[in-house]
Amino acid sequence: MRITCPNCGERDRREFYYQGDALALDRPSQDAGLSVWDDYLHNRGNPAGDTKDLWFHEAGCGAWLVVDRNTVTHAVHKAVLAEKVKR
Amino acid sequence: MAKLIALTPCAGLLPISLGKIAVTEVLPDRLMSVAPFAGQNKAVSAKLKSHVGAVLSGLNRRIGGVTWFGHGTWMVAGDVALDGLAAVTDQSDAWAVVAISGAGSEDVLARLVPIDLRATVFKKNHVAKTMLGHLSVTITRTAANTFEIMVMRSMAQTLVHDLDVAMRGVAARG
Ligand SMILES: [Zn+2]
Repeated sequence: MRITCPNCGERDRREFYYQGDALALDRPSQDAGLSVWDDYLHNRGNPAGDTKDLWFHEAGCGAWLVVDRNTVTHAVHKAVLAEKVKR
Repeated sequence: MAKLIALTPCAGLLPISLGKIAVTEVLPDRLMSVAPFAGQNKAVSAKLKSHVGAVLSGLNRRIGGVTWFGHGTWMVAGDVALDGLAAVTDQSDAWAVVAISGAGSEDVLARLVPIDLRATVFKKNHVAKTMLGHLSVTITRTAANTFEIMVMRSMAQTLVHDLDVAMRGVAARG
């Protein structure tokens, strides 16, 4: 599996650290309520198909990326800097 | 008074050589990490131009004493004064810097580094943040047959060991 870092170019998966669902970027507002916060903290989908994850280019440039990939085909569609993702 | 003895990061480890390939220690006087605050790249570049004679380099590039060092960060070989413009940290003693030179250096690195460092794609003053064995490294091509490798100082012995083994492997192949 290879990920194309927007800074470094195409790199082997072993240069990256996996964090989890990119849903983590969609932080609810402070007064969103317990059920919304419970959902944000604890509940994640387990998709067979396209997914968006947070990856850290740990052994490279040190940037956090949002990676679009497919859990069935293992295709990596694209990666963007997490800081550039609209929130 | 105790007499203090300064040891370089690769003291007792380098130089080594085998055939045409040599590994030597590089000793920059100063290494300052520079992470410009949001929107300050231009102002930082202007200051660096007067401090060390080079502006902020592009991604994966070095200009003079200024080396791209990861996302939003540069390593500057020289003193800087960037109050209010950038986060600056003196890292002079934190890095082991070595040069591997001579025909066949590419073959040695090809055994250790998972990216393509051949001259056709990785040219002079190209920089890569990547791995060498299990180490996180910054590799710069400084001349046709010379690469500079930076690792955290605590990893100096592992770096030299890995290079030594790879050099002997390449030599054994003839
Ligand atoms: Zn990267």
